Amino acid sequence: MTTDTVARVPVTVTVNGAEYTAEVPPRRTLVDFIRYDLGLTGTKEACSVGVCGICTVEMDGVIVSSCILLAVQANGSEITTIEGVADGDKLHPLQEAFMNYGGFQCGICTPGQIMASRALLEQNPDPTEDEIKNWMMGNLCRCTGYYKIIESIQKAGEVIRLGN
Amino acid sequence: MRNFDYVAPTSLTEAVQAFGQAGDKARALAGGTDIIDQIRIGRRTPELLIDTKRVPEMMVFEGDGAGGLRIGAALPLYRVRDDANVQATYPALATASGLVGAVQIQNRATLGGNVGNAAPSGDTIPPLVVLGSTVVIAGPRGTREEPVENIFAGPGQMTIAPDECLVEFRVPAPKANSSSYYVRFIPRAEMDIAVVGVGVSLTLNGGGQIEDVNISLASVAPTPVRATDAENVLRGETLTAALAREAGEQAEHHASPISDVRGSADYRRELTKVLTRRAVAACAAQLGVNVT
Repeated sequence: MTTDTVARVPVTVTVNGAEYTAEVPPRRTLVDFIRYDLGLTGTKEACSVGVCGICTVEMDGVIVSSCILLAVQANGSEITTIEGVADGDKLHPLQEAFMNYGGFQCGICTPGQIMASRALLEQNPDPTEDEIKNWMMGNLCRCTGYYKIIESIQKAGEVIRLGN
Repeated sequence: MRNFDYVAPTSLTEAVQAFGQAGDKARALAGGTDIIDQIRIGRRTPELLIDTKRVPEMMVFEGDGAGGLRIGAALPLYRVRDDANVQATYPALATASGLVGAVQIQNRATLGGNVGNAAPSGDTIPPLVVLGSTVVIAGPRGTREEPVENIFAGPGQMTIAPDECLVEFRVPAPKANSSSYYVRFIPRAEMDIAVVGVGVSLTLNGGGQIEDVNISLASVAPTPVRATDAENVLRGETLTAALAREAGEQAEHHASPISDVRGSADYRRELTKVLTRRAVAACAAQLGVNVT
């Protein structure tokens, strides 16, 4: 079967509060849809097999790997990407903490790290180091050795607990 | 990635029609965390993906009215992992649901996918088997219910027909004074495929003897297998450290593993002994019987 014989499928998604409608080939992954169709390049793709966590976005309230998810599967859903994390010019406490505590070096994994840890802090704003390690097991970083990431998440949790 | 068509039925009737018409040209798309990668690398080449997550009958998560549980084939694993009833009543299943990939995967992946992918290493399969679970299968010739244990034909292959689909799993109410446990070995701390996995369910009688026991092994044969020799040495006996060790020795009879990048066949046979011993002891410990 060639591309030409496959029907495009209409998809409507709400991303960072804005609704988008497009017709996509079924094989279009969500990460490609977000990056190439919507132009939101904050979400990265690396391993493409769902083990590195770099492409993490929130979909209908839970974090997912957008590289092994089809755009058609997201039809009707609400998605938040890294571009939707800050409140206007006010950065999210995690974004501040990753900068202030050196939670990134090259920065390529950082959008995924923040999307994953944001979901953790929303249900547990005071995670232990082990809870962070367990939750973040699917987010790889090849630069930092993770200590700075763990520290950044804990510091952001403090800010959130104090009500920003 | 190779292209394919996509449909998203919104009822079981529509889903059965879609699978029935497409036959072996179609694959079920639940979470997609296996199939999308398999299409990308060319290991599976479906012409049609049938999205099962919009079929309400495949998303059920409720009691069966007799103390057991119904779990839709397309329900995300995190729902099983986090459910207090599953954690208390079917601990092996809660554990395994929390071992399939990371959080991002568990938010999408499903029992139907983990079983339907039919990998010998599927972590949720030994728990489903030792808990006596059945799976409801629907197709153009009607609906039937099969023991999960009986639906594997080989690596990546189920015994169900290509025009059939998995609808829901039924996990019966456990007997009084019983528990279950799942353990696997992987070479790293997290996020890997089982080199060997062992599921155990254990029921003790009033005298503390083993009234019933089921043991299922993953990653040691072309399909998940029951370790009946190990079950037989345990049944009717009072568990001791020596008996748990003997069960491990007996479990090895059922291992016919391959050597691959994750471990040699000899290593897997040795792991089968060790993990069976540990799983039996840990399961007994959950019932207050400590032998180590």
